[in-house]
Amino acid sequence: MKYFPLLWATLWRKKTRTIFTLLSMIVAFLLFGILETVDYAFAHPSGGATGADKLITTNKYSITLALPFSYTQQIRSVPGVAEVTWISWFGAYYQESKNFIFALPVDTGTYFNLHKDEFIVSAEHMQAYRNTRTGALVSSKLMKKFGWKVGDKVPLHSTIWTQKKDGSLDWIFDIVGTFDAKDPTQASQQAQTLLFHYDLFDEGRSFGKGTVGWFEERVDDPTQSAATSSKIDALFANSSNETKTQPAKEFALAFIKQLGDIGFVLRAILGAVFFTLLFLTGNTMMQSVRERIPELAVLKTIGFGDGIVLGLVIGESLLLCLIAAAIGLGLSFLALPIIRLGLQGVELSPTALIPGFGAAVLLALIVGTPPALRAMRLNIVDALADKR
Amino acid sequence: MSEAIVSLRNVDKRYVRGKQSVEVLKGLSLDIAKGEFVALMGPSGSGKTTLLNLIGGLDTATAGEITVAGQRLDKLGSGALARWRARHVGFVFQFYNLMPMLTAQRNVELPLLLTNLTGSQRKANALAALTLVGIADRAKHKPNELSGGQAQRVAIARALVADPTLLVCDEPTGDLDRKSADEVLHLLQILNREHGKTIVMVTHDPKAAEFASRQLHMDKGALLEAATLAA
Amino acid sequence: MFKQLIAALSMGLQTLPQRLGASSVIVIGIAGVVAVLVSVLAMGAGFKHTLADSGRADRAIILRGGSDAELNSNLTRADVDTISNAPGLAKDSSGKALLSNELVTVVNVPKADTGTDANVTLRGVGLKLTEVRPELKIVDGRMFHPAVRELIAGAGAVKQFRGLTPGSVLHLRNADWIVTGVFISNGDVHESELLADVDTVGSSVERNGYSSAVALLTTAADFTRFKDALTTDPQLKVDVQREPEYYATQSKPLTKAINVVGTTVAIIMAIGAMFGALNSMYSAVAARGLEIATLRAIGFGALPVLLSVMIEALLLSLLGGVIGASLAWLFFNGHSVSTLGGAFAQVVFQLTVTKTLIVTGIIWACVIGLLGGFFPALRAARLPVAEALRAA
Repeated sequence: MKYFPLLWATLWRKKTRTIFTLLSMIVAFLLFGILETVDYAFAHPSGGATGADKLITTNKYSITLALPFSYTQQIRSVPGVAEVTWISWFGAYYQESKNFIFALPVDTGTYFNLHKDEFIVSAEHMQAYRNTRTGALVSSKLMKKFGWKVGDKVPLHSTIWTQKKDGSLDWIFDIVGTFDAKDPTQASQQAQTLLFHYDLFDEGRSFGKGTVGWFEERVDDPTQSAATSSKIDALFANSSNETKTQPAKEFALAFIKQLGDIGFVLRAILGAVFFTLLFLTGNTMMQSVRERIPELAVLKTIGFGDGIVLGLVIGESLLLCLIAAAIGLGLSFLALPIIRLGLQGVELSPTALIPGFGAAVLLALIVGTPPALRAMRLNIVDALADKR
Repeated sequence: MSEAIVSLRNVDKRYVRGKQSVEVLKGLSLDIAKGEFVALMGPSGSGKTTLLNLIGGLDTATAGEITVAGQRLDKLGSGALARWRARHVGFVFQFYNLMPMLTAQRNVELPLLLTNLTGSQRKANALAALTLVGIADRAKHKPNELSGGQAQRVAIARALVADPTLLVCDEPTGDLDRKSADEVLHLLQILNREHGKTIVMVTHDPKAAEFASRQLHMDKGALLEAATLAA
Repeated sequence: MFKQLIAALSMGLQTLPQRLGASSVIVIGIAGVVAVLVSVLAMGAGFKHTLADSGRADRAIILRGGSDAELNSNLTRADVDTISNAPGLAKDSSGKALLSNELVTVVNVPKADTGTDANVTLRGVGLKLTEVRPELKIVDGRMFHPAVRELIAGAGAVKQFRGLTPGSVLHLRNADWIVTGVFISNGDVHESELLADVDTVGSSVERNGYSSAVALLTTAADFTRFKDALTTDPQLKVDVQREPEYYATQSKPLTKAINVVGTTVAIIMAIGAMFGALNSMYSAVAARGLEIATLRAIGFGALPVLLSVMIEALLLSLLGGVIGASLAWLFFNGHSVSTLGGAFAQVVFQLTVTKTLIVTGIIWACVIGLLGGFFPALRAARLPVAEALRAA
């Protein structure tokens, strides 16, 4: 726009003040971006088994309680269920308790059928896995993290399951292959995963044989998810192990909800930051306009109408806020990899940054309007008479 | 006598200061012809700046008729007055003329932002105006890099760039040293004699008034007729 | 020098009302930082108090060897019998060991604010409960009777969940349980739980064994003796820990996470506030240019001028710090929050704005103020006097 050089020059009238104001604002928007991203991630989890056609069946009371394996047949017989698989929580770490591994005992046939098109595994590795009872398929990211190679023997320490044979909590696996996620949004989800044979697990553990941690189902028709879930639960109502079946996404959300109202805390902090920013920016804009009253009067003498003068001040405010927002939110985007380190398995999306720009515009308007009105209404004669 | 480009009839101007109403101009009538260089003089409080503001369309009269360049100013609202000013008047003040953060050239371009000219056209016109006032070599300098006299030249260039009907100056040399003041006044005289610009200038400096073609004196809100110098 | 300082300072403070806008920026900015910092750290402090300060040094928790938490542990009746014979265990008047065999499981109860179900720990406890845990006191209703489906609810749980008042009926795992009373226990983690008779709970979840055993020792010093006897027994595979250590380990991850997050956010905000303070103080020095130049021209030294500017910044940030800490205290002190604890069940804790936290907040405020005031103060002290006087 033709007024841009004027707006730009106005912004830099008092260099120090503009720089410090911008720095404060950039920091605020950086924080804004980070908090918004985390808030968004918690509100939109991608779920363990993605896709609208996935359901999860757990013990009604808690995922920590087991279900009988015998439920498998009955679940499969429910119309609309395309595939059922079973998994248990292994609770493993590698060498130290901080090296948590998402090790899952799975039934090869049903698990890969249910999650078909989600894994990229070479046929060779898949065959080796089928043939090796103690075999493990490991996410290539996990391989890189610990420097493992195909052919290595890897001991994992389970925090729950002791082995029948020697009562030890250590289970040893042979790495026979690696896999990658087909869908990049699934990548962080799968990054910690190691798959091994459920048979080895069930027969090897000293208690709990014949039980599973939870079931996963794939349904033919995602629009029927709710109905199918109810049908599954109806099978086991009033038994000694009642179930709760829900779409995978809801399960993830419910879990996160138990973490407490994180959203509230984040939004409270965001509110505090916005409010402080309002004061800071407002003060700068007020000062800026106050100093320029005579100059604005001269613009009016030249013939700049009231509306244009109003627009110039609002434009200045918008320019200031949008520049700060672009840099601050841009920095928070660059910080995503660092945040990912702290929040493993949570999908972070850049779309969360869009509200940040909305906030910048809102800020600009709130902060710019009073001085803009003052500029618009100034009386030329009085303003010019106000000589030193 | 060429036609009157500025015509005031029975103009009153009253200000309200707190509870008091101050009458600055009463029943004032005046004609200024095209091509005149008028110096408006008088002690402080005489109303000369008020009169100038009315002629330039910066203020509205309480009563009476004001016609400038064929337009009845007393019939225009503030928005229309602004548009009128953009086309018809160029202003030069004692202080605050230039935006400190813009170069001389960009300062001169300001009135052109209100037109439909393209960027390159604006630039060309601004340079032409700066050349006219003899300061094109300083086009890229900021006001704090210019002397007082140079800054006022830039102000004059800006006042001229949109080719206005009238040039209105309020104490243009009030803040300048003798030498710079003379340079600026010479420039105004050339603009008047060689380029035919109509100029109305308020000044309290009798030496400055000598550059004009006609001197008007005011006291207590009324005009005192003085001799018209030969053009 | 001191007189000059006072004079310069009082001049500055007197003209402060003219610079209200810029000054309020410092106050509000720092108040914001301190409020956020103190509030988040109060969460950490509250959580730590509930979890880590649970337990007594003369009480031990026995889990199955290798389990890191009660939920993953199981002990058989035989195990518990062996444990009850270990040396160092306190005994009641009839010679029976003060040992509570406990079974931990999870049930769903609707939350008071949202109405959605959340997990709550249902802890089956042995008959010796009141003697092993003497800090447990019933404040409403009565203790549950053994062998029937009755339970008592912790005061924290009552606040966070619906339907836990004495006389209410809870439908847990296909059976009705009656809430007979409410208890407190020093604000520790058990106040988030429901307690009932261990064998009744066992039959309700079809489990024959226990998760853990809690033993009251004769003295705290007997711990080593007690532990050694159990860990060297070839028939037994157990881990023995003092209660406070067990809970401290449980709470560490979440407390650490809260503190890291809180401190990070506060640092970022503090940097922003510091730029704001720099801005305001620079504009203050600019606005007072004539005043400062006059002082210098009169003969005031550079140091008093510098100090007066820094002290002004310090006072403003102190005010901001006090306001921020007060806001945090006002809004959040005593506020109950619940989150997922170690057993995947809700743990209730109170935000505690301790004196230490308030002092921490105020110290942060002062540091920000001093950093923000230093460079402007330097400029004020170095102001070229003649230039400043001429510019006026």
